[in-house]
Amino acid sequence: MTGRATSSPGGSTAASSPPIDLSSGKYLKLWQGPQHPGITGNMSVELTVCGDEVVEGKTHVGYLHRGFEKLMERRTFIQVFPIVCRVCVPEPDFNEYCYAATIEELAGIEAPERALWIRTLILEMGRINSYMMYLGGQAGALGMGVIGQWTTYVRDLMLDRFEELTGARIYHMFILPGGVRDGLPDGFDGRMEETLREIERTLADVEDVMFHNAVFKKRTKGVGVIPVDLIDRYGVTGPNARAAGLPNDVRKDHPYLVYPELTFEPVTGTDSDMYTRADVRRRDVAVSVDLIRQIIAKMPRTGPLTAKLPNVLHWKIPRGETYVRGECSRGEYGYYTVTDGSGHPRRINVRGPSYTHAMALLEHLIPGTNIADVAALMVSLHTYPPEIER
Amino acid sequence: MRTLLESLKERFPLGPITEQRPDLAFVTVERETLRPLIVHLRDREGFTHLVLLTAVDWIEENLFQLTYLVHDRANARDIGLRVMLPRDEPEMESIHDLWPTAATYQRELKEMFGIPFPGSPRLDEEFILEGWVDIPPYRRDFDTLKFAEENFEHRAGRGTTDPATHMRERMATQGGSK
Repeated sequence: MTGRATSSPGGSTAASSPPIDLSSGKYLKLWQGPQHPGITGNMSVELTVCGDEVVEGKTHVGYLHRGFEKLMERRTFIQVFPIVCRVCVPEPDFNEYCYAATIEELAGIEAPERALWIRTLILEMGRINSYMMYLGGQAGALGMGVIGQWTTYVRDLMLDRFEELTGARIYHMFILPGGVRDGLPDGFDGRMEETLREIERTLADVEDVMFHNAVFKKRTKGVGVIPVDLIDRYGVTGPNARAAGLPNDVRKDHPYLVYPELTFEPVTGTDSDMYTRADVRRRDVAVSVDLIRQIIAKMPRTGPLTAKLPNVLHWKIPRGETYVRGECSRGEYGYYTVTDGSGHPRRINVRGPSYTHAMALLEHLIPGTNIADVAALMVSLHTYPPEIER
Repeated sequence: MRTLLESLKERFPLGPITEQRPDLAFVTVERETLRPLIVHLRDREGFTHLVLLTAVDWIEENLFQLTYLVHDRANARDIGLRVMLPRDEPEMESIHDLWPTAATYQRELKEMFGIPFPGSPRLDEEFILEGWVDIPPYRRDFDTLKFAEENFEHRAGRGTTDPATHMRERMATQGGSK
């Protein structure tokens, strides 16, 4: 790992650097992805390397594009509901929540309070799952495979809780416009508490083995730094921004669902490097665990779960447009929905955090890094390609 | 939000305003007003976060609507700037110099809606599609059903709705193991 660039905080952009002459024999083009262990999901990074230093990186997406936004325009409002969760595999519930919230707002429907509590519970469960995948992936990208086995194990326990609550493990299709489909099953609280304890035990192990590991520290401290002045210019949100010291958390800044009734503080870091981002996410899991306990203790156990919807086969929504956001595990997730008075949405635009993180930001951070760090850098931005191509 | 909108009205020619929520308003502006207005919002009013940039196709009115959504973190409020462009001449000024990340949005809009943003980096590089020759697919006049029928074959349906019978028939025709 000699000659490794410690950080790549800007300066070298494609526009300002001299043109790369591939015929000079000095450079080599390498495709990292779309099928590569060092890539998250189906995307690829086209690298130009000089020795083991990367001089340029370009993100390529489109390997799983299914035109969700266009598909939605051909469907009725209730037919869109089972599609949206498929936009993001590891944390699908934000799509359901944001879609349901925009539709409720445009149609003038108010979801009952009990449904809001259950929605918050689901979103926090999904957040833990997403972070668990991240921790395993981040460790794996630096050669620590065992962490991924541990975090996958506890994620699986949480999937069991999802299964008993929603009937499904990955795509839950549970938060529908107007409310949620069901209440908590009998004995759920106890089993959830057991799962949370197991998560806390695993987190402690992960902290010992991963965050106190000399190799992990050496390869992540001071690497992939996002300077604070890039945060707004590159639309950086979520843990990537919080690791730079900004307390940007939609749950706090722009409270939605029942977050105003819950006590928590956004987790922030100071160094904005790969290590800090991983640490912010690890500590954020603990916040989610605490939030789930608060939700279970405070949530109402009786009351309606859905508002009365019009006949969904003939459901027309007046012309209007709105935007609803939430804080997912990777940053700001939002739906911009436009209706035109017909029975179909005119336009739905999904704002996923990876859209900015994996494209403009990653391409900006890559020049100057060592080739061995590219995979870890990309994972440390916590990117999911389906949000980019929708 | 209302005081902000009033002060903006004094400085810039604004079109129709929709106050969707106390913390979210949509304002229609002319093509030429967008840049000075969005710079003012970013530098003077604290709307430093470009949330999204997208387009809506109002084909019946022969218009594209571009929506620039900007967010003010300190006051937790959003403004959506709507720019209506004629569909037959939809060119728009690029804002990649204000937010570098806007280049990605503009590249996607060029590919999916055919809206050019001259000067935006790598505008003509393929974003998602490969070798696309049809009209930009997110336009309303692009018929997805027709495209699918012309380019893909229908899979033969099942003869029965009973899974056991279906599997028996399938194993009989395909030799058992599949």
